[in-house]
Amino acid sequence: MIDTPVLERVLSEALRNGGDFAEVFAEDRSSSSALLDDTRVEELSSGRERGAGIRVVSGETTGFAHTADLSEQGLLRAAEAASAVARGGGGGVRTVALGPDGPRTVERSGRTAPTSGSKADALELLARADEAARAAGTGISQVQAGFGTSTRRVLIANSDGLLAADEQARTRFSVSCVALGDTGMQTGYETAARTLGFELFDEVSVEELARTAASQALAKLSARPAPSGELPVVLAGGSGGILFHEACGHGLEADHVVKDASVYAGKVGQLVASPLVTLVDDGTVGSEWGTFGVDDEGRPAQRNVLIEDGVLTDYLWDYLRARKEGRVSSGNGRRQSYRDLPMVRMTNTFLLPGDADADEIVAQTPRGVYVAKLGGGQVNTATGDFVFGTSMAYLIEDGAITEPLRDANLIGNGPEVLKRIDAVATDFSMTPGTCGKDGQSVPVGCGQATMRLTGVTIGGTAE
Amino acid sequence: MSTTTEHTRDARAGGGTDELLALAERVAGWARTGEDVEVYVARGTETEVRAYEGEVESLTSATSAGIGIRVVVDHRLGFAWAGSLDGSVLEGTLAEARDNAAFATADEHVGLAVPDGVPAVEVDLWDDGLADVATARKIELALDLEARTRAADRRIRQVDSADYGDVSSEAALVSTTGIRSSSRKTSGYLSVSVIAGDGDASQTGGGFSVGRGFDGLDPDRALSDAVSRAVRLLGATKGPSGRSTVVFDRRMATALLSIVSSALSGEAVAKGRSFFAGRVGEQVGHRGLTLVDDPTDPRAYGAAAYDAEGLACRRNALIEGGVLRGFLYDTVSGSRAGVASTGSAVRGGYAGTPGPGCRALTLAPGPEGHDEAGVLAAVGNGLFVQSLTGLHSGVNPISGDFSVGAEGLLIRDGRLAEPVREITVASTLQRMLLSLEAVGADVEWLPGIAAGQTLAIGDMQISGS
Repeated sequence: MIDTPVLERVLSEALRNGGDFAEVFAEDRSSSSALLDDTRVEELSSGRERGAGIRVVSGETTGFAHTADLSEQGLLRAAEAASAVARGGGGGVRTVALGPDGPRTVERSGRTAPTSGSKADALELLARADEAARAAGTGISQVQAGFGTSTRRVLIANSDGLLAADEQARTRFSVSCVALGDTGMQTGYETAARTLGFELFDEVSVEELARTAASQALAKLSARPAPSGELPVVLAGGSGGILFHEACGHGLEADHVVKDASVYAGKVGQLVASPLVTLVDDGTVGSEWGTFGVDDEGRPAQRNVLIEDGVLTDYLWDYLRARKEGRVSSGNGRRQSYRDLPMVRMTNTFLLPGDADADEIVAQTPRGVYVAKLGGGQVNTATGDFVFGTSMAYLIEDGAITEPLRDANLIGNGPEVLKRIDAVATDFSMTPGTCGKDGQSVPVGCGQATMRLTGVTIGGTAE
Repeated sequence: MSTTTEHTRDARAGGGTDELLALAERVAGWARTGEDVEVYVARGTETEVRAYEGEVESLTSATSAGIGIRVVVDHRLGFAWAGSLDGSVLEGTLAEARDNAAFATADEHVGLAVPDGVPAVEVDLWDDGLADVATARKIELALDLEARTRAADRRIRQVDSADYGDVSSEAALVSTTGIRSSSRKTSGYLSVSVIAGDGDASQTGGGFSVGRGFDGLDPDRALSDAVSRAVRLLGATKGPSGRSTVVFDRRMATALLSIVSSALSGEAVAKGRSFFAGRVGEQVGHRGLTLVDDPTDPRAYGAAAYDAEGLACRRNALIEGGVLRGFLYDTVSGSRAGVASTGSAVRGGYAGTPGPGCRALTLAPGPEGHDEAGVLAAVGNGLFVQSLTGLHSGVNPISGDFSVGAEGLLIRDGRLAEPVREITVASTLQRMLLSLEAVGADVEWLPGIAAGQTLAIGDMQISGS
């Protein structure tokens, strides 16, 4: 994308007014998507975007500039702008050497291959999904299927001599269905997303996704209103990982912690969760949605244990926050695009499986709610209060899963809910999601095995 | 830590909309015989200053520009975009849009907008003075906001962000079907978010002030809102469960109307994704419910002269006296429904395609002309909500199911009483429209697509202790 001698000159220019650290982050992203809706291929879209963001750190001060012009002249102009904040910082000529070997890359299992699928292949998948969803039941009144793929190449160079590159191909496929019945309309949604190219479809059956989405919508046609009040809740493996993403993941991001805007600040070494909880954030897992080779600061993705047997062991770190604490980044510096400064972000966040049997957990719950699928959530890191919404849930009566329930949010307080986990099963799985923070979205994974919370407030309409 | 971001000068906005129009015309001129082409070009400049502990944490002054092209050949639509207006990307983007069109399903309703003769109502959304405000004054305003917020109340233990921001944007749209429009807009804001503490308890609150430019932004308004929202929640406990009337403050009312708006999209209706489908002429709300989308009102945050397909924006009555009157359409969804576009196309920048949507919803105020205190007095007993969470996970505008997390205060004897948190508020959107008890006259145009005005809705299920 940019030759090494050019990067060296740009970094030197960035430090011309002084400064402790300079960085160039360059990105070239191309994407395409197709949407089938109401039985028609309505939209094929393609996009291309490339540019670079340049940072200069001088003491406590960081300067940032970005440009869509990747010529040496364009980059030097951005470097000059970024370096303006370092005025009076002991300028002079400083040479940055990046070494002769070219960018470091990280080999990954499930390594990204370039996207090989053609537009026609994508359209065929959409048509197959549409057909499978409509065949799932006469109640299915509408189907929308979407395909999207992107290739993102990043190049990061900094004045510490780091030179790293990564290529991230990501592909997603989603199906959403509407079912129409006597009680009105209900919806079902299912998505598959991996850090892969078209090979996603070697692993994922679009018909299976479509049938799952359709069956959710159909099941909810006969759903009764969700209960209100506090009940035991069993979360099925997979999307239940959103609980940990919201209930504690965000609160363990060092930027919230250093501003004392997290309920987990100052609690390393303390018991913050049930001893059944061992929580990991790991950007190296296979081809999960939150997986990458190096983060957006050039640090290789790594496995970080955040909570071990209920005890808080560490937070998540990016370069700047780690530097302040005299430690190294945990590989969690991520950004939406070259236009954004990196922040501390999660990658794939999951609860390690336990040793209970998933069916037994349900059988030993006299009355409660079984959440087969969670839709999304939100947290206030300063108070720990969070919500997460069900998109497929059932009542548990006398230890058996019975009637489907209409969608509802569950509400709780992170530190309290983490202590109420009394069973974790072995049936681990992961689910993809999009995490939003301060206006930037990044792909993440969540995961857990079937587990039970002794009590959570359910926000249904039934009294 | 403090962070500074500077824009680079090369891409700086400044050529004006004439230059953008000329560029769009040039690209549209490359259309081949038998195809229609629509070219949307946009350019923007934004500044953001974040203050933290008496220092500038970040100063962002960025520019962006891009192009989005739609090509229609034989009723097949293709789209492509690029995050640059560089001469080298324009032809490739058009070629990609053309290639995409070849794969779409032919659909008789697919086509570009054609001028409909409705004159545009010019709305002045541009503050000339903004470009002349020195960055130093913007920094000063953000630092002042942060310092005054910290000092405002002894219970404020953290100001986690205090921001100044402004945006200038220009866009032009040209098509081979005769569309030629341009627009420009500026806006400015101050926003502050605080954590209040009293003993072990912490609560958060945010406040802001918005305007078309720098002048008129009011730090006192932003900080007093943030501080009072956080401080009055201190000591909050999980409120009681039960059925109750819920009063939504102006900010939350904007969020509620925005959700209802997606069910008023002509596209959602045509595709059977709206609980309003097939109900035009029916009583869908309380008799006191009159809902209008009027982007020609210059006070509206989403005001605009032209929609995203270049047709004049216009006033559309959606619900009158509780009776559903109609929906909002762009060209394609209108054709599908057998009606003309209502001038309601919206798009999310150059990387998005147009679809029908609201820009400036308001409810007709109740005859009593209540402000917030008046609505509380009229309600007597209930729950006042100042913050909602889980709107994206707990509200389904297709089924109408509604279940969200809430924070606020109990209402007793017509006044705000003790604070509550960690509760949910649930109903269905259909029932909420019918259970509307009061609409305040305290209209405030907040950022977003709907006005803020205090609302009271009866018979909602509260889930708490």
